[in-house]
Formats: sequence, C-alpha cells, structure tokens
Amino acid sequence: MQKITRDVILEKAISMLQSGEVSAVLGHRTGEFSYDVTPSVFTDAQDLKANFVWNDFCGANFSKYLISKTKKLEGKILVFLKPCDTYSFNQLLTEHRFEREKVYAVGIPCEGMVDIAKVKAEIGDGILSIESTDAGVVVETLYDGTKTIAFEDVLLERCANCKSKKHVAYDELLGDEGEVIDSNRFDEVERLEAMTPDERFAFWQGELSRCIRCNACRDVCPACTCEKCVFDNPNSGVENKAPTTSFEEKMFHIIRAFHVAGRCTDCGECSRVCPQNIPLHLLNRKFIKDINTFYGEYQAGEVEGSRAPLVDYTLEDLEAEDVFKKEGE
Amino acid sequence: MRKISLANLDTLFKKINENAALYIPATDNAGGAVYTKYADGVEYLDTLNTVRSPKDFFFPQSENLMEFKVTGKNIELFDIREESEDFVVFGVRACDVKSFEVLDRVFLTEPVDSYYANRRAHGVIISLACTRPAETCFCTTFGIDASAPAGDVSAWKTADTLYLEANTEKGKKLLETLSDILEDADNSEVTAQQESTREIMKKLPLANLTTDAFGGNKTKDYFDSPLWEELSETCLGCGTCTFVCPTCQCYDIKDFNTGNGVIRYRCWDSCMYSEFTKMAHGNSRNTQVERFRQRFMHKLVYYPENNEGLFSCVGCGRCLSKCPISMNIVKVMKRLGGEN
Repeated sequence: MQKITRDVILEKAISMLQSGEVSAVLGHRTGEFSYDVTPSVFTDAQDLKANFVWNDFCGANFSKYLISKTKKLEGKILVFLKPCDTYSFNQLLTEHRFEREKVYAVGIPCEGMVDIAKVKAEIGDGILSIESTDAGVVVETLYDGTKTIAFEDVLLERCANCKSKKHVAYDELLGDEGEVIDSNRFDEVERLEAMTPDERFAFWQGELSRCIRCNACRDVCPACTCEKCVFDNPNSGVENKAPTTSFEEKMFHIIRAFHVAGRCTDCGECSRVCPQNIPLHLLNRKFIKDINTFYGEYQAGEVEGSRAPLVDYTLEDLEAEDVFKKEGE
Repeated sequence: MRKISLANLDTLFKKINENAALYIPATDNAGGAVYTKYADGVEYLDTLNTVRSPKDFFFPQSENLMEFKVTGKNIELFDIREESEDFVVFGVRACDVKSFEVLDRVFLTEPVDSYYANRRAHGVIISLACTRPAETCFCTTFGIDASAPAGDVSAWKTADTLYLEANTEKGKKLLETLSDILEDADNSEVTAQQESTREIMKKLPLANLTTDAFGGNKTKDYFDSPLWEELSETCLGCGTCTFVCPTCQCYDIKDFNTGNGVIRYRCWDSCMYSEFTKMAHGNSRNTQVERFRQRFMHKLVYYPENNEGLFSCVGCGRCLSKCPISMNIVKVMKRLGGEN
C-alpha cells in the first residue's frame, strides 16, 4: 500500500488550485470499481474533494499528458509524479516537448502499483471491492468471500523490478525521497539472450502473434511523441492498420523499440496497457542493456538535457568493425 | 433438451470436429482466453469472455477482397472469394451471441456483404450460459439474459453435465449428428441454474444501469454536450476499445501493391484513430473529442435510431477491463445520463 495518503496529496492540490498558483490539476478520478481510476484534469476544488483518488491503481504516467495539456490550458498545471514518471518528465524536457514553466511538478513517493490482472488471476472475477492494508490487498469477492493477497504478489511487473524510488525532477517533494535501486530488471532479458535464435524467435512469435494492433503501447509511450506517426500516415508508404502476421511479428514492435532506443526510460507503460499482455518492455530493456554495454551506463531521463549515446559521439565509441568482431555477442 | 456428461466433453468435441472445424476457448498463454481450433491436446478453458470477441469468425481483422494484375496497360481483376469451410464455435456467451445480431443488421442488409454472409452461413454457434458473471458484466442493461443465451444451440454447464438445446435448423442438424453420444434430459437442473444466475446478475455492481436516457432521436440531446470534452480529456486515441468490442464493425479498404498488381484488402478501422474517415478534403473529425463522441453516439443513439431501438453495445465488459485509462461506455452512460 502507498505510504503517502490521499489526504496529503489532495490538500496540496486544493490549496494550489484555490490560491490560483495553478489552474488545473492532473490526477486520478474515481471509477465504478475500486481499481478502474481514470487520469483526469481537475479544475474545481469540490470536484477534487469528491472524486480525486490516490491508491494502488494509480499507475498511469502523467508526463506525456503535459504535452497536450500545457498547450491547451491557460496558466500552470499541477502534476503529481511518481519517481518513474519523473524520468519521462525529464526526457520530454530534453526533447523540448512542453514548456517547463507551465508545470508545477510535485514528486510523490510510490510503493509500487497493483496489477489488477494479477489480482483477477489470483481470485477470479467478481471483485466487489479492493482495499490495501498493512496485511496486504484485501479483496471482497462476489463468490468467495473476502480474500487477502500479499502486495508483492500482485505488483505490476515494472514495479516488482522498480529501478528507482528517487525523483529526478520536481518543484516540490511530498513525503520521503528514495534511492535508485539496483533492480533485477535485466534478468528476463538475460534469459532471452541465453536462448538459441530459434527459441527466441519462437518466444517472440508467440507473444507478438497476439497483437491486435490497437496502438495502445505507442499511444501511451512518453517517448512516442511524433506529431504524426509514420504508421498513421497514408502518405508514408508504410501505413499499416492490418496486423498481417509477417508485419506484426517481425516489424512493428521492433521498429518502435528501435525508434525509442536511448530515449526510453523503461517506464513500462507499454506493457501495462497492452490488452494482450505482451511483454513489450523486454524489447526496450534489451536495447537499454545493449546501450549500457556498448557505450557505458546510461539512464534516459536521469539528467535533463543529457545526450543519449545514440545521438552523441565520443572518441571511445564502439566502431562498427568491433561489433562485427564480437559476432553479435 | 439433450445432455452429455462433462467427463465426455472431449468425445463431444471430437465428434463435432469430424464434420466441421471446431473452435473452443483455450488459454492464450498470457492469462487470457482465445478461440482456438480444436485438435488433440487443445484443452477447453472455462472462461467468461475471450480477450478478442468471436466477431473475428465472421468479420476477421483483415481479409483480402480481390486482386488486380497489371500487364502493360491491361488490368485484370480476380475474384478470390472462396466458399468458407463449415465451422462450429463452442462456448459463446449470451452477450457475444447478441453481438452477431448487431453485426448482421450491418452486413446482411442490402447490399449484402458476401464475405461476411459466406462465413455466417457456414458457422454454427453453440452458446454457453453464464454462471459466474464478473463485476464488469452489464448485459442485462441491454435486455440480455446471461442464463439463456441464444445461438444455433444453447448450452448450460453444470457441475458434471453439459445440457444442449437446438434453437435453429442449423442447430438441430448439428445435434442430430451427435445423437448417438447425447442423451435425453429434463430441464430441471438448467432451470435451477438459471434462477441462481439471475439472482447473481441482480447483485452485480452495474445491475442498475439502464438505457433509459438513450436511444434514437437523442442526437440533439447529447451531440453538443460539454461533457464530451471532459469524458475524452485523457483518451489516448488508441483502438483497444474498438478492437476488443464485439459490435464495433468499422473497417477500411486499402490496396497493397504487390509489384505487378494490387491486392485489395479490408481491415478493422477504429473511430478513435486520427486518420479514420480521412477523405480527399481532410478529416471530418479533427480532435479526439469528436472521435470519442462518435463511438458512443454510434452505440447509444445512431445505431438504435436506424435499428428499431437496438443498441450496439451488449454489455460484455471487455472495454471496461481493457481500456488503458479505464474510460468506458458505462462511465459515459452514467455521466451523460446524469448519474454522476
């Protein structure tokens, strides 16, 4: 469960809105159930009081919304950022995607967010309510009474492998600051690397064949901010709405991973929103791991304005012939 | 009514599969279910809803329509339509069965869509009654009884028995081919199950959702509502809701250049996409607010206006569980209808 409470965050939001320091607040709005919260722009204190939510299902990364909302809204917008969100925030600033002075960023600590799909896998359908307690996630069900699940067992994958509890950008911090974590996020990549090419191909074919080409991964991705995506442009010659097998399994997701390589902060939104549970973050992590190996440790978004290895040049850079010599190792 | 012991479910599947390709819900190896062609080793997964709806059987995500071959200044046209094979889909829930009626009204009215009609004519639907609906279910809102699904054959699964009842000629024919493995049954166990399910439906969180505020002739009530802006505020513009929806039926027709000719194909399109309805002059819906409004107006107002009040939502709940921002038709209905 979250250490920082709704009340603390709400108080901040209401006071800034009422004082006029900000004209809007990005936050989560209550849903029909305990878990289906919706990112929302609040402009009214009463609305905030009634409908603002902060719980274990507030996983959405708000950074990308700042691009459209800062353009649209008059005055400043208050945004609450979890540690992982701040990396995307910095990366977007590095890419000049929104005006920094139009945002008031408040860092809030995060204990990890719950994956409702994991809860459902554990207890089945028929969830009447979910509450996080010190004992774990308490689920009231329609068919099997009340069940308690360990918080750690139902965390989103990205949270179970959280890379940082430290905020790398904010105007103000609520609650305690955390540390960068030496996570196990590359373990799964290493498992895939250890496979034979045929095994790896079969793995990705199995995963990507489920793709329905809804584009949710791209549309939620804070690194995908092109005004017009090449895949949406009928004039590009590669516009592609139909998930024909050969394209989906071999091209679309790989092209996207290449395009965000060096800019992807590993926020994990792609996998969180995928309706088909495709572990897309593993493609991105492979690139992050390779970039670390070839060019030295680099974390996108850690420092605003940093030059990503793929768009930077140093005399120590690996030469193409060195890569050939390594024969792909 | 006929019945077979669940212990012999595999025998039933094998027997059906002798005469027609059988599809059953099976694991997608990622926590969900997907209709899978039955074969040795494919295990039936007792699931509420598949991630993708069964509309794929009649209206696949992409299909080739015709081919052109270009030689010099000549263009030759090839009709590549083929007769569909006979197939049977087992385990379709009441909501999804209802979605076929919504699709039929689009594709089987003049001019009839021959591609859709071909597959529809060759497909037999064995529905399956629900016993454990999810919190996201709201089929009753649209007058659907989850315990009495339609289809060519209706089925009910109890602790140890599968009950079957034919509703159509196609269904009767199918059950005749299975007559030596089916036994006659009375309907007492089924009736008891139906009563129990109907009681559960009343207890679901969305049990009180109604369509009272919607229907044909409501265009002016909602079209200019300021609430669309608020409801669509954080919509990503992805196509998840439209692609998991059993009733969304919009498509695009496109040409694929093969080098010496063209394959004309169609594929699902989404009203949520920026290039949807794009024409030579540009796009008639320039913002996500308008695209978002289109989707819900279509389901709740335009479609019923053109189809004797039938709504083009069946309350399956897929969009409720799959939307990346948890914005969905229930929230739209409640907000527009003044509930919250």
